Amino acid sequence: MAEPLIELRHIYKIYKMGDEEVRANDDISLSVERGEFVAIVGKSGSGKSTLMNIIGALDVATSGEYILGGEDVGEMSDDQLAEIRNKMIGFVFQQYNLLPKLDLLENVELPLLYAGVSAAERKERALEALRRVGLEEKWKNLPNQLSGGQQQRVSIARALAGSPSLILADEPTGALDSRTSREVLDFFKKLNEEGNTIIIITHDNSIALEARRVVRIHDGKINFDGDVKDYAAIL
Amino acid sequence: MLQSFKLAIKSIRSNKMRSFLTMLGIIIGVASVIILVSLVNAYMSYMTESFASLGTNQINVNVTNLSSRSVSADDMYQFYEENTDLFDNMTPMVQVGTTVKHGSDTMSATGVSGVSEEYLDIKAFDLAQGRNIQYSDIVSRQKVCVIGYYVASELYGSPQQALDEILKIGGYAFRIVGVAERQDEEDMDDGGTDDFVWIPYSCAVKMSRNANINNYVFTITDLSEASRASEAIEDFLYETFKNDDLYRVTAMSEMLDSLNSMIAMVSAGLGGIAGISLLVAGVGVMNIMLVSVTERTREIGIRKALGAKKGVILQQFVIEAAVQSALGGILGILLGSVATEAVGALAGLSATPTPGAILISFSVSVAIGLFFGYAPARRAASLNPIDALRSE
Repeated sequence: MAEPLIELRHIYKIYKMGDEEVRANDDISLSVERGEFVAIVGKSGSGKSTLMNIIGALDVATSGEYILGGEDVGEMSDDQLAEIRNKMIGFVFQQYNLLPKLDLLENVELPLLYAGVSAAERKERALEALRRVGLEEKWKNLPNQLSGGQQQRVSIARALAGSPSLILADEPTGALDSRTSREVLDFFKKLNEEGNTIIIITHDNSIALEARRVVRIHDGKINFDGDVKDYAAIL
Repeated sequence: MLQSFKLAIKSIRSNKMRSFLTMLGIIIGVASVIILVSLVNAYMSYMTESFASLGTNQINVNVTNLSSRSVSADDMYQFYEENTDLFDNMTPMVQVGTTVKHGSDTMSATGVSGVSEEYLDIKAFDLAQGRNIQYSDIVSRQKVCVIGYYVASELYGSPQQALDEILKIGGYAFRIVGVAERQDEEDMDDGGTDDFVWIPYSCAVKMSRNANINNYVFTITDLSEASRASEAIEDFLYETFKNDDLYRVTAMSEMLDSLNSMIAMVSAGLGGIAGISLLVAGVGVMNIMLVSVTERTREIGIRKALGAKKGVILQQFVIEAAVQSALGGILGILLGSVATEAVGALAGLSATPTPGAILISFSVSVAIGLFFGYAPARRAASLNPIDALRSE
């Protein structure tokens, strides 16, 4: 059996609030294979965002081990973390997080720019990514000239452009209406069928049910980890 | 790197008003450095020129002859002839305090000087008419004179008409043997460069009823030997007088030197004041860059999440500050150059912006951008991506 893409072992993330310790992640162990489609679900304050930051290499755990694609992320410097994010992870955020002053193409090119890809190849790969989300014709537009659903598709294109091992989506439908949410979720499913590993972070069980595996976080601990059918059964 | 420049220009263009206000400080600072330094330079060369026309190669000697200790014209001539390697020309100089008359016309402001035949060379004047005072005129105390162009035209109408006419000096009749060429092309007036009468110094001594000659003018062969020449004269005079209060040796070139160093000091002072305004401009750049970093925290967060390393963010913001300052510097140079020419024209000076002032103020403005842009840029670079993403 191939090694898992993500391997979290006994992850703790402890914040100090004055004299009080807050255990945002309290002994979390989790492994995700390549090609999986996982929903991490939990209420606000459950620790799911902390977990996402750790998985996304935006933050390091207080203790515990995190192996991403065979590399130990726990010991990395800020710049090494930046490099691993750039190489391995495509982020999709709730607020899209597109840069308002750059056109769509420039937005999608950003991860490639930081990876040091040449200008010509950048443009080609960014246009290809925009084509996959059906927005290649609007590449010269600015983000605010697009609808919310379209902007989220641009941010998915940006996540895809660098051909990352993992697509990490934080409440990707949180700012969208139900119809465009449907579109985006269907698009994630399609990407997963094409072989991409996807993790969606959400507070919404109905969205979690779109994934193939569900991990539920409660008070910093995993209290469910299993197939989506089993999860549907306990709701 | 190139990308950072493009980003910087894009960011400056998308915040035109703010960028302009930031640059304004630098524009004014650079322009004022250029204007002040260039104008002072122009004034300095104007002063130098007018001093040079007085004769920078001259050394004036003033002695106080006592009955017990004195230096005669013959002593001075002997000293001069022994030191022809140092001196080109020498003349005794006897001012005659009297008026000049022709018929009923009086010239009250005209200076009458008793000089030797070498004075024409010392002044570097040419004659328009006639001849110079000659050695024989001095020896035989001939009542002849060389007059300035102004005197000739005022009293006789023209140099030609003045020649061989009689001029009454202090009651004595002097024959006009020569008229000097016009020196001041712009204006001729009482007491100007063209208003003079020269007579043989031997006549002047007699008229002034003072047997001693107190003033001499030397010219030196080599300007760089000015202090050596002055010292030679002082040594010679000390031998006779044994008291350095009894004579005064003034080299015009030394006066020029002290004038120059004074102007240089003023120039540095003014440049320093203008430099302070550049410094203030730098603080302005830092302030704006800090605002810009705060405003763009989210953007920085996004860039870092997508894989931008610290160095890349640092570079982006430092280059933005430097480009902004450099743009301000260029605009300041243009403004300063135009203003220098304009103010120079108003003040009647030929003022052109000096390359030194341009170079210094431009590099200082870029340096200010880099220096004051660095702290905010570092702040931006070390932002935590999670906190940065969370900010609105």
